[in-house]
Amino acid sequence: MASPAAPIETPGPAKTSPSARLLTFDHVSIAFENPVLDGVSFQLARGETKVLLGESGTGKTLILKLALGLVKPDAGRITVLEQEISSMREQDMYDLRRDIGMVFQESALFDSLTVEENVAYRLIEETGTITDEIHARVIEALEFVELGHTYNLFPAELSGGMRRRVAIARAIITQPQLLLYDSPTGGLDPVTSNTIIELVVKQRDVYKTGSLLVTHRLQDAFTMASHYFDRKLNKMVPVEPGSQRDVHTRFVILRDHKIIFEGTATELLRCNDPYTREYLS
Amino acid sequence: MPALNFSEVLKDKVIAVQDYSLLAGRSLTNIFGQPRYYADTLLQADLIGVGSLPIVVLIGFFTGAVLALQTASTLQQFGSLSLTGKLVALSMVRELGPVLTGILVAGRNSSGMASELGSMKVTEQIDAMRAMGVDPTRKLVTPRVVATVTMLFFLSIISDLLGLSGGFMISYFLLGLDANQYWTTAYQALRFGDVFMGLSKPVVFGFIISSVGCYYGMSARGGTQGVGRATTQAVVSASVLIVVIDFFLTKLLMQMF
Repeated sequence: MASPAAPIETPGPAKTSPSARLLTFDHVSIAFENPVLDGVSFQLARGETKVLLGESGTGKTLILKLALGLVKPDAGRITVLEQEISSMREQDMYDLRRDIGMVFQESALFDSLTVEENVAYRLIEETGTITDEIHARVIEALEFVELGHTYNLFPAELSGGMRRRVAIARAIITQPQLLLYDSPTGGLDPVTSNTIIELVVKQRDVYKTGSLLVTHRLQDAFTMASHYFDRKLNKMVPVEPGSQRDVHTRFVILRDHKIIFEGTATELLRCNDPYTREYLS
Repeated sequence: MPALNFSEVLKDKVIAVQDYSLLAGRSLTNIFGQPRYYADTLLQADLIGVGSLPIVVLIGFFTGAVLALQTASTLQQFGSLSLTGKLVALSMVRELGPVLTGILVAGRNSSGMASELGSMKVTEQIDAMRAMGVDPTRKLVTPRVVATVTMLFFLSIISDLLGLSGGFMISYFLLGLDANQYWTTAYQALRFGDVFMGLSKPVVFGFIISSVGCYYGMSARGGTQGVGRATTQAVVSASVLIVVIDFFLTKLLMQMF
């Protein structure tokens, strides 16, 4: 990363001004054979992380694809980085997408390219080749995910967790303003999952990147809401009890095509909705 | 299994034709815009052109040889054995060279494109490319279309030449025809319209092979089984389209010249 941002102790930007919004969903609806999302509205502020929770098939991944413009909504407006993308042409989306990073559920690394070529993909598109500067940035991004030694390997030679970490390095190498994580810990063992979540928290707290994170693992969601990244210790540590530290993490729960809950971890734990209680149990 | 609804099937077919037309159109318009992927185009040209050369050489040579062998007996009945060179030249240049080369390259490369792009599609690599601000039609489809059209043009010429050589070998060694007579009748038989027909067909066939292969690859779904299905459909569709379009193209070019 070219220049580390301010440490976690620095307060985040105000969430209310329109320019502080990274992403806005305004009454977004989409159906395939059956309705998937119906009038979904929420906002994501700069530096904020929203964790999308819900049962399988409730449209969590679809929300990420809508935010990226890979899928167009049937109704409603989606604004990303102050640009209305709902009716934007595919060709016009490419420039905007260079400011967004996406970590796919199965990593989606290019299997015929090395780790270095995968991570440098966006940069190679601009220069046509791997220059010394690009190589240095790749190593820096790989060091961030603690995989600096793997740059000349192919994705097939990596474990599932390592592939996920390379996908994170690929997503963050250009320091995008918005990061989208699609089940980054899905199918991984608890230790590797924790490593991935630590990287997500590190990106959130060190670089203040706004993000949407889809997960089925409540444990990961609560870890994000109850931990911060300590730059001095260079590791994720729990927020001290009674501390006023804001980890800028909010939860969104989807059910029956709609958002049924949006709030902090504390608000979620206090929620009396029977379904939410059952979901948490 | 639910009963097939006729209107739904029809709608799917119309959407498929629309999607194919859009992809094929964009693969051409991309040529005139930036960025251009020269390295990818050269790589595809090597895979399609150089990779297909051995089978094109073999098939071209033996097609010309068997053509001379088959027609010689008929020509002999009319005392026109000396016209073997003319017949082989016209058949190879106007029809067999471009069509057989097209079908061979369709079998080899249309399937390759469908399986490669299909695998990328089902493993979300195409979506990842789009997510990183790279246009997959520009990066993956256009280089394949340009490479196939260019390479099929030259492969057809090679096939024609090898077919004429195969016909010559049979005419000279088995039928006892004079070498000069064979090559002179072959050369004199060809007019501008014949050569134009023989060189324009590979351009159209190359476009069909690559655009159909890429379309089935880019629209593959349903995991590895879906990739297999896309591969088969690509070869069948490309081969059938080559034969059908060949008929209409021949009719059109015969009226023009």
